Amino acid sequence: MELLGGRGVPLWHAERDLAGVDAVILPGGFSYGDYLRCGAIARFAPIMEEVVRFAAAGGPVVGICNGFQILCEAGLLPGALIRNRSLRFICRVVHVRVESSRSPLTEGVAVGEVLEIPIKHGEGQFVAGEEDLARIEGEGLVVFRYCGPDGTVDDEHNPNGSAHAIAGVRNEAGNVVGLMPHPEHAVDPDLGPTGGQPLLASLLQHALARV
Amino acid sequence: MPEEPLHRALGLTDDELERIRAILGREPNRNELAMFSVMWSEHCSYKSSKVHLRTLPTEGPGVLVGPGQDAGVVDVGDGLAVAFKMESHSHPSAIEPYQGAATGVGGIIRDVISMGARPIALLDPLYFGPLTEERNRWLLEGVVAGIGGYGNCIGVPTVGGEVKFAPPHTTNPTINVMCVGIAPVERLVTAARTVHEGSYLVLFGAATGRDGIGGVSVLASRTLEEGAEESRPSVQIGDPFAGKLLLEACMELAERGLLEGLQDLGGAGLTCATSESAARARMGAEIDLETVPLRAPDLEPFEILTSESQERMLAIVAPEHLEEVRAVCARWGLASAVLGRMVAGDRLRVRMGDVVVADVPARSLADEGPVYHRPLEEPGWLAALREDDPTFTTVTVEPLEAFRAVLGSPNVASKRWVWEQYDHLVQGNTLAGPGGDAALVRVPGTMKALALATDAKGRFGYLDPYLGAAHAVAEAARNVAMTGARPVAITNCLNFGNPERPEVMWQFAESVRGMGDACRALGTPVTGGNVSFYNESAGSAIWPTATIGMLGLLEDHRLAVRTAFRPGCVVYLLGETRPELGGSEFAEVVLGRVSGRPPVLDLERERALHRLVAESARRGLLCSAHDCSDGGLAVALAESAIAGGVGFAVSVAGDLPWYVALFSESASRAVVSVEPARATELEDLCGAHGVPCARLGETGGPRLVFDGLFELGVDEATAIHEEALPKLLAG
Repeated sequence: MELLGGRGVPLWHAERDLAGVDAVILPGGFSYGDYLRCGAIARFAPIMEEVVRFAAAGGPVVGICNGFQILCEAGLLPGALIRNRSLRFICRVVHVRVESSRSPLTEGVAVGEVLEIPIKHGEGQFVAGEEDLARIEGEGLVVFRYCGPDGTVDDEHNPNGSAHAIAGVRNEAGNVVGLMPHPEHAVDPDLGPTGGQPLLASLLQHALARV
Repeated sequence: MPEEPLHRALGLTDDELERIRAILGREPNRNELAMFSVMWSEHCSYKSSKVHLRTLPTEGPGVLVGPGQDAGVVDVGDGLAVAFKMESHSHPSAIEPYQGAATGVGGIIRDVISMGARPIALLDPLYFGPLTEERNRWLLEGVVAGIGGYGNCIGVPTVGGEVKFAPPHTTNPTINVMCVGIAPVERLVTAARTVHEGSYLVLFGAATGRDGIGGVSVLASRTLEEGAEESRPSVQIGDPFAGKLLLEACMELAERGLLEGLQDLGGAGLTCATSESAARARMGAEIDLETVPLRAPDLEPFEILTSESQERMLAIVAPEHLEEVRAVCARWGLASAVLGRMVAGDRLRVRMGDVVVADVPARSLADEGPVYHRPLEEPGWLAALREDDPTFTTVTVEPLEAFRAVLGSPNVASKRWVWEQYDHLVQGNTLAGPGGDAALVRVPGTMKALALATDAKGRFGYLDPYLGAAHAVAEAARNVAMTGARPVAITNCLNFGNPERPEVMWQFAESVRGMGDACRALGTPVTGGNVSFYNESAGSAIWPTATIGMLGLLEDHRLAVRTAFRPGCVVYLLGETRPELGGSEFAEVVLGRVSGRPPVLDLERERALHRLVAESARRGLLCSAHDCSDGGLAVALAESAIAGGVGFAVSVAGDLPWYVALFSESASRAVVSVEPARATELEDLCGAHGVPCARLGETGGPRLVFDGLFELGVDEATAIHEEALPKLLAG
């Protein structure tokens, strides 16, 4: 975020103070080791009560990887994430297609745009019940889908077996968004692809517009 | 049947018991015997290897900490220091691959933390038996999952390593792991820190349980025989989240300057940490085992003293900092316990409440273990094997067929299946991850990058242990040099069979000599390492495997050179190809022979190549550079083409037979490419550095064209290279 002009403020899991931030990012990692189900313990972290309140008030909330899993566990986002189809951890650069501009990450990004961003997860297979899935698709809650370099969505370019190749979703209100790929690993051109830049730039714009 | 005496059951010899009696002036009690048995184990005391290791070059301009502490430390400028170390976790991994490998990662990370450095990279050199055997597939899958399981979770990127296969590793997989960390020089926690009388010994992290008791003496210092599965309780269990908390707590303690000493509890547990801390400070220590937080209530003193429960650290803390240290631990959710204090004298006195349960000189455990000059003898079978040179056999296969076989052989094929299971991106400093010659990790806050590579040459080592180790140093340095970096220093892990057998001890001595000579010639001192003996079963040892971990430094990461070809460049081979197929991939895969002599190694030529590539990189001259080693020139060219998705047309044969030109593994060579306009500049530079160079052809197009021999599509070559390992693993 700081490369793009924002300021990161670390928030401590055991506290209940959001320190007046303009947007909340739940980053990736292995919260509490993820020995149970990913994010299942973290949703009970004291800070999460404040995050839920912040989201309910319309504040922008982004969950990346483990953060996405936590948002699903907390009921802020639909669906769930289970083990990859291969049953193995995967660290790889993939392509995702932007499916909705109604999220803090994609407001400034055109639908249909293809971004190159790494994934790195063992439990990234997005699943939802049949009805839920129909609702997610029907209401346009899918924000990102895995795809080929040219935007084609097919099984070959679905790295983890996610339902409908879903890589990220938002809530109905459009202020909470979660995704498995790591936009923060795709900002600095020295380190590889920069598909995360437009997403995080959009988040900054979104947060600034609310101030 | 008479019961085996306790000291022997613990792995001590009768002579060693006599020495202990002499040191104490009395009969050791059960606890003391347990302490000596773990500290005097081969794993902890280096009793068989010490006399050889003393010959290694350990000093150099940048070396801040050499062998003997938890990790070696090198000054990289800008007020920063790099701590790095390699270890083996082969025996535990052979029994329980996931936990064995995972705890190996945890252990090496704590070694780096102990120096006050933040771990920024892991590399995993792994050697297994052939994947045609189901058990080897199970081992590989478990080990890789375990490395990922720990490394990914604790948030340290796994940026490199290697995976190779050889029949002797079927019963004895060799699992090495290297960790690299970074710290401001003034924050380092080294033995140079002053420890005060009365300072506290604070144990923090996980509680102590019964896991891993006698790991160093039972598992690591004996061969694994039938029924080794019964040793499974001696394998520790890893908890990467606890490891993460420990890491962050240690970083905070070091940053705040609250520590006089810091040591991890790994092999030999509390006995090792307390005796080494005391010996290093030239003091004694008094501890009370009743203060140790236990996982099981009924642990006996000897169990508490030798448990290898993971995720524990020991800090030496001045009284005025004790409260703050405990508060930092508490904030990270870690239990801490004050075990006792540093005292004048040299005794390590251990109490259980009011009862003294052990009272021994700390140095006698840590520094004064036995030293053995074990007999050496060149194996009788070696001379004939070396004379059986595959270089001049009649080759009946077609060139394309041979190329396919070598490119798709498990040793050469892409290891993507392995490294995609490792998070190589976390921390956001990975400029180049696995799959190239060396990994490049940005030094935070600078333009510098660390270039990191690991190499072992088991097949060469089998045929000539001296050359095997020397080639491993040369190749690791070359890999680092290919990025434009300067090789700086090494760490290592020496993996061998049973040192009580003269032929194994000869292999070891020769390897150490080869490693030492190569390090002296290339200017890369040895900052530390680890010896793993007893890698054999039923009298059959692994090939001598001297694994080298090389640290290189690139002053400006924007000048880094990569492996991949791009179109429109001129391709050169630097160095000279000689008829050297002894111990080559071609000889094993195509001719079915592991025999002959390994290639000659001229270390002056090697160093000239490194200097040439570094100078070329500084001038921004190179489009690509790639080390030419396993599989020879054909594989080096193919890998650069595959990495770039760009073909080439080259003429390679010259006066040599095609199979020598394509597959000889002559040392000190590289494949580089340059813009046509700068080709002459490169040729001139080669002349100035005395490096032979041959113009092979041009890059471009969708095919790999070996003029007059064969050609195939880049996509086809990619498929051979990428699909070999997944296919084998699918059974």
